[in-house]
Amino acid sequence: MSDPRDESMIRARDLRKSFGDFEAVKGIDIDVRRGEAFGFLGPNGAGKSSTMRMIASVSPVSSGELRILGMDPATDGPAIRGRLGVCPQEDTLDNELNVFDNLYIYGRYFGIDKATCRDRAQELLEFAQITEKAKAKVEDLSGGMKRRLTIARSLINRPELLLLDEPTTGLDPQARHVLWDQLFRLKQAGVTLVITTHYMDEAEQLCDRLVVMDKGLIAAEGSPRELIKAHSTREVAELRFGVGENEALAEKVADLGDRIEVLPDRLLVYSDDGDEVVSQVHARGLQPLATLVRRSSLEDVFLRLTGRSLAD
Amino acid sequence: MAMTPRSTDLGAGKLSVIEGMTRQYDYWLTVFKRTWRGGVANSFVTPLFYVVAMGVLLGGFIDGDPEKLEGATSYLAFVVPGLVAAHAMTLAVGETTYPVMGAIKWHKTFYAQLATPLAVRDLVNAFLAFVLFRVGSACAIFMLVLAPFGVFETWWGPILAWLSQVLVGMAFATLVFAYSVRLRSEEGFGLIFRLGVLPLTLFSGAFFPISNLGPFLEWVARLTPLWHGVSLSRMFCLDTVDWSLAAVHVVVLTALGVLGWWLAVRGLDRRLET
Amino acid sequence: MALIGSIPAPPTPVAAARLLVLRNFIVYRSAWKLFITGFLEPVFYLFSIGIGVGKLIDTFVFHGEQVPYAAFVAPAMLATSAFNGALLDSTYNVFFKLKYDKLYDQILATPLSTGDIARGEITWGLLRGSIYSAAFLLVMVVMGLVDSWWAVLALPAAVLIAFAFSAVFMALTTWMTSWQDFDKITLAQMPLFLFSATFFPIEAFGNGVLRWIVEVTPLYRGVVLCRELTTGVVTWQSGVSVLYLLAMGFIGLVVVRRRLDTLLRT
Repeated sequence: MSDPRDESMIRARDLRKSFGDFEAVKGIDIDVRRGEAFGFLGPNGAGKSSTMRMIASVSPVSSGELRILGMDPATDGPAIRGRLGVCPQEDTLDNELNVFDNLYIYGRYFGIDKATCRDRAQELLEFAQITEKAKAKVEDLSGGMKRRLTIARSLINRPELLLLDEPTTGLDPQARHVLWDQLFRLKQAGVTLVITTHYMDEAEQLCDRLVVMDKGLIAAEGSPRELIKAHSTREVAELRFGVGENEALAEKVADLGDRIEVLPDRLLVYSDDGDEVVSQVHARGLQPLATLVRRSSLEDVFLRLTGRSLAD
Repeated sequence: MAMTPRSTDLGAGKLSVIEGMTRQYDYWLTVFKRTWRGGVANSFVTPLFYVVAMGVLLGGFIDGDPEKLEGATSYLAFVVPGLVAAHAMTLAVGETTYPVMGAIKWHKTFYAQLATPLAVRDLVNAFLAFVLFRVGSACAIFMLVLAPFGVFETWWGPILAWLSQVLVGMAFATLVFAYSVRLRSEEGFGLIFRLGVLPLTLFSGAFFPISNLGPFLEWVARLTPLWHGVSLSRMFCLDTVDWSLAAVHVVVLTALGVLGWWLAVRGLDRRLET
Repeated sequence: MALIGSIPAPPTPVAAARLLVLRNFIVYRSAWKLFITGFLEPVFYLFSIGIGVGKLIDTFVFHGEQVPYAAFVAPAMLATSAFNGALLDSTYNVFFKLKYDKLYDQILATPLSTGDIARGEITWGLLRGSIYSAAFLLVMVVMGLVDSWWAVLALPAAVLIAFAFSAVFMALTTWMTSWQDFDKITLAQMPLFLFSATFFPIEAFGNGVLRWIVEVTPLYRGVVLCRELTTGVVTWQSGVSVLYLLAMGFIGLVVVRRRLDTLLRT
């Protein structure tokens, strides 16, 4: 039986972070195992970025226990950072250097020798599919390319653990899929991924396990499927009655499902059989402007747990 | 409430020059109110330091020999007119480099203004009028502050000197404006200050008579616009006026100003079209 | 692509400082024009005031020796070129990297520390000031304004001046919050430049309080040190200047490190 410490990439117990009087992270417990893709799902201001910065060993822990790769960031910061890859929310690329030098110089910060840096930089340019832009200025790249470059840069030291803070925010759909593909390949190669996101499709696609964070605390934990099963029904029927009328009609359909949510633009009726709900609605003489039957998603889980939608 | 346009509102010919300028009065007034405080230190305190350090302290070691100082009885009296003229140039260049590029590239104010009945010519005029105000007021304050120190020979001299300073300032304003509208990146400005403003300030006769430079360099100095401004300003302050030379100075500076204005309007027109 | 590999040791402090200097060097390679023009400023002053105004003055007495005006002004310009070189890189550029590029945040995500950043950036400021000074010293030698073999030490003196100012300016920059704060820097730079006995002897301030105030200002100590070395009139006061500048530099270094910790390691 291998030492469980080898397999634990991140371990947090009652982890807290305060900025003056404001407590951003209010005591969370986390376990991330080697080789998995772990997600922090939650809206802006949930405490995800603060947690990530503590894990990245750039922000000191206010209280609680935190071990990354078995080491304590308070004493072994540089050693931990040498084995991490960090892809921050804003592309903090070096705007004064060209694309190739961004990778090369960053690699040198880790103490990697010149020849290896050069080789790896070349390799990573290909991985990120921006080889032809090697000598270009960073500001001339598109948003998607900059993000791919940031991810490539975070791999220069061949990290065991890769931290990605909102990796696809602001990218167009095609760019997002290219990125997801790259992350999936990394995971297959054995890199442990930790991702924060407020996109439920991203969380569902990429993560093996995730925690739902809200206001500094963890509201739920598990794989996407487990979460949906535990906190939502199998299907959802969305009913749109026109602005201002959804709320009024809520009582009339309340009994059709296990649960009902009233949103400004539609009603959500949770049940195991969405089609049945819709036909019942029609049978009662109600005439929605539009209906949609879909499977439950993490968005529904979040709505259930916090009463708000993810995209706040 | 009828919102139909009246025929007199619709592009009935270009605005007159005056109208074009007065419509921007409120804009420039707001700009002034927001920025005058920051400018005070740089536009007033810095040249005052030069006057004290060079004119007074260094001047204490220099003989007040009118033969060597182009008619001045003290080094202080010699440098003051030149320093104020150089300062007019520095202010003018400062106002027509970064702010012009800002209006084109960063804040894009010119584009916004052009979406109204205003024309490119009006934008340039109003901009230059603001620069005129800044240069004029800064130099006037300066001259007033220095008046009690016995550096002026007559009461009317400083007034004409002030006009000369404004003239040289505006000549630079228009020329640099014309340059700025053709520039793509602000890196060029660093060179203007280091290879333009600084050597001009140092070698145009503000600190020492250009005859000290030797015959060849003396003629080079005479070709610079700043020398004309310095010379004019000094002659009036020291009452050593050579009217024919003064006339040459005025003609040269005015011609440069007009040329600069014409190049500025054309350049801005072309730049905002692309 | 084989991903997980062996982990190299984090760079030593010296290696880290070298890396940051290398990075700045790569950036400046393309901006060499602007780099070179920075050298010209003290040269212009030398020719203009030193020579042009020099024709109006005979000599000055410095520590009991007669010194022609150009030879009097030149060492002050040497000190000033070190000062200018350090200033540019330790203020505007640092501010930009700190607030806009967020360069230091990037670097801190690696094994490097705030101490590495402080040392690296100050070393660069120091190098830039020193390059300008070395070139200026050459100009002085060519123009025959150097009077003694002590002048060989003028270059290390200039390096010391660049170090001291680089550290202190960088420390001040960490407190700035907006571009308007830079007006304060110009406001400080101008009087330092003009009143540190650069163009006239310190006797111009009389012999009272004013003179002693100037004696403790940093650029004056740099100017008088260089002047003593190039005219060959070295006294115990030169030693005082050296200690003064060393202390200034090291205090600045410590402050920069602390400030970076406060700003970036929250």
